[in-house]
Amino acid sequence: MQRQRLIEIGVGAFMALGLLALFFLAMQVSNLSAAGSGEGYHLKARFQNIGSLKVRAAVTMAGVPIGRVERIEFDQDSYEALVTLRIESRYDRIPEDTFANIFTAGLLGEQYVGLDPGGSDEYLKDGDTLEHTQSALVLEQIIGQFLFDKAAGGGK
Amino acid sequence: MDRSEAQGEGTPPLVRIRNLCFSREGRPIFDGVDLDIPRGRVTAIMGPSGTGKTTLLKLIGGQLRPDAGSVEVDGRNVHALGKRDLYRLRMRMGMLFQSGALLTDLDVFENVAYPLREHTRLPESAIRKLVLLKLQAVGLRGARRLMPSELSGGMARRVALARAMALDPMMILYDEPFTGQDPISMGVLVRLVRRLNDASRLTSVLVSHDVQETASIADLIYVISAGRVVARGTAQEVMASDSPGVRQFLQGLPDGPVAFHYPAPPLAQDLLEAA
Amino acid sequence: MLDALAHLGRAGIGAIRRLGRGHLLAASMLLGSGEVLRRPGLLVTQLHSVGVLSLVIVGVSGLFVGMVLGLQGYHVLSQFGSAQSLGVVVAASLVRELGPVVAALLFAGRAGSALTAEIGLMKATEQLSGLEMMAVDPIRRILVPRLYAGFLAMPVLAALFSAVGVLGGWFVGVGLLGVDDGAFWSQMQAKIDFHEDVVNGVVKSLVFGFVCTWIALFQGYDAVPTSAGVGRATTRTVVHSSLAVLGLDFVLTALMFGD
Ligand SMILES: Nc1ncnc2c1ncn2[C@@H]1O[C@H](COP(=O)(O)OP(=O)(O)O)[C@@H](O)[C@H]1O
Ligand SMILES: [Mg+2]
Repeated sequence: MQRQRLIEIGVGAFMALGLLALFFLAMQVSNLSAAGSGEGYHLKARFQNIGSLKVRAAVTMAGVPIGRVERIEFDQDSYEALVTLRIESRYDRIPEDTFANIFTAGLLGEQYVGLDPGGSDEYLKDGDTLEHTQSALVLEQIIGQFLFDKAAGGGK
Repeated sequence: MDRSEAQGEGTPPLVRIRNLCFSREGRPIFDGVDLDIPRGRVTAIMGPSGTGKTTLLKLIGGQLRPDAGSVEVDGRNVHALGKRDLYRLRMRMGMLFQSGALLTDLDVFENVAYPLREHTRLPESAIRKLVLLKLQAVGLRGARRLMPSELSGGMARRVALARAMALDPMMILYDEPFTGQDPISMGVLVRLVRRLNDASRLTSVLVSHDVQETASIADLIYVISAGRVVARGTAQEVMASDSPGVRQFLQGLPDGPVAFHYPAPPLAQDLLEAA
Repeated sequence: MLDALAHLGRAGIGAIRRLGRGHLLAASMLLGSGEVLRRPGLLVTQLHSVGVLSLVIVGVSGLFVGMVLGLQGYHVLSQFGSAQSLGVVVAASLVRELGPVVAALLFAGRAGSALTAEIGLMKATEQLSGLEMMAVDPIRRILVPRLYAGFLAMPVLAALFSAVGVLGGWFVGVGLLGVDDGAFWSQMQAKIDFHEDVVNGVVKSLVFGFVCTWIALFQGYDAVPTSAGVGRATTRTVVHSSLAVLGLDFVLTALMFGD
């Protein structure tokens, strides 16, 4: 019986250690502690070009993460990208005329959606669409533009 | 249980085997065996190694299925039973395996207690009493805390016997209980088989190829050879048989109906091929 | 020529038969699952021999794998000036792949082979037959608790492997190589998703735990009951489990992260 008891204690410690490891993975390694997943409300935004924006990319306001990109679709009627954002429910006072930009973190970093607040007193609700958007900057386009301007400037 | 039943020639046999056929990998092992095991007696089944004595016990216990024929135990066809009924029937049979088949991670006491814990809801104190009584019957009460690896072969078989007796079965099947024992433990086991049979009015089925020991305790002997029953009777009757198969087996002649050589082409041919 | 063909055919038929027996055994074990609830004590004993005794090897391996990831990841990432992403690299490789897979491989070698040898020897020494004759179903009584112990122990071992590995990577990256502590954790948290990464890793290890234990039990139960037969079965357990884990990992990864 003594042996059985040792075994039970060992198994109990084993299970507790496993739960501890899982808790560590959930809270310290992954984002469970941050963006409370599942909750929040949805906003939509249409972009001409989303560059390499990915599902789960961050949505920030003033540099602070306030949500995530939940879905990216292609709208065949307008030939635009339809991006669904999930915003944490505590950030519920985003003005109606807020501007949505796709930015790049660093030169080669991930792309994310940055929101620039507008001045309206009306706030966006679940399911609303952000009307003002700025597409992603595609590196090739920027370089092309730069060369074009250079050439045009040289010609003057 | 069945203890109070009258025994004798008039009552139907406990085990009734009719036209049993069984083959392994296409090789016939039994080919029409008829066999009756009377209640309350020690019945011996003898035959050379490899004739299928262990196989016969497994057929009686329902661990193997015959190709044809029937095995009835206590009036019920073993191979027509569902799993639940088969297990209920097995609880009334004890089997002593050639190797003892003790559970190696349990000590002697727990091995004997195992069937009680599995099949009864007895309180711990009752289990303890029963186990000690069974161990006393086989003379190993003092060895109850030993592990199976610490037992000699003869002791392991006696523990297995105590375990087979734990649920007070109606029948015990012994698979070569005497093989590989020194004369002392052989004698102990021989007397034990007889004494248990008479004391608890068991039916004992004793599979063996040890002629002398078996003849000394068996009430009825069957000799099986080449897939058939070749002799049946009391020890004297069988000893007196003049069938060549029986004579060869009982007198230990190397060649006879059971050939010394496993079937093979002539030696000269084999040797020439190798060259 | 025809002989070779016949030989191939025989081998194929044998393999298919064995596969069939394996699935039948799995079905009987699943049907007998109630035994685990009826006798939780059996499960506890098996969790001890399958899980607790694998703890040291899994923990130590996790630590070293994490430390190597920290070292290698640092050297590659610092070439691109993104050593702060070390946490992401270490955690993503561990949580998604290495944790479940390496823990399963270690499990197959440590616990799986032991299970096969145990069951195979129980068969060879007629203990399984003995149980049957005592009206105890060895599948329910012996195999089922071991199956569930493997199934439950595997995610625990994989989670421990990943957690210890992340700490190992942190020790090398932050402690020895001077990566910023805050960046290490915050980038990790930003990129590792609980549902997509951690939960998927747990699902993987549940599958691996079931498959590895099933293979180990089947090989033992189906072993030729001799010492050579049990030896061969033990080898087969390690080989088949390893192949099954790596193959299934590809399939599961494609299903989970494929889009
Ligand atoms: N599992 C098995 N598979 C194939 N053949 C077997 C198996 N077990 C026993 N046999 C064969 O069946 C025959 C009878 O075996 P067995 O009943 O053990 O004989 P005995 O107990 O009389 O020595 C032997 O020839 C043996 O080779
Ligand atoms: Mg035998």
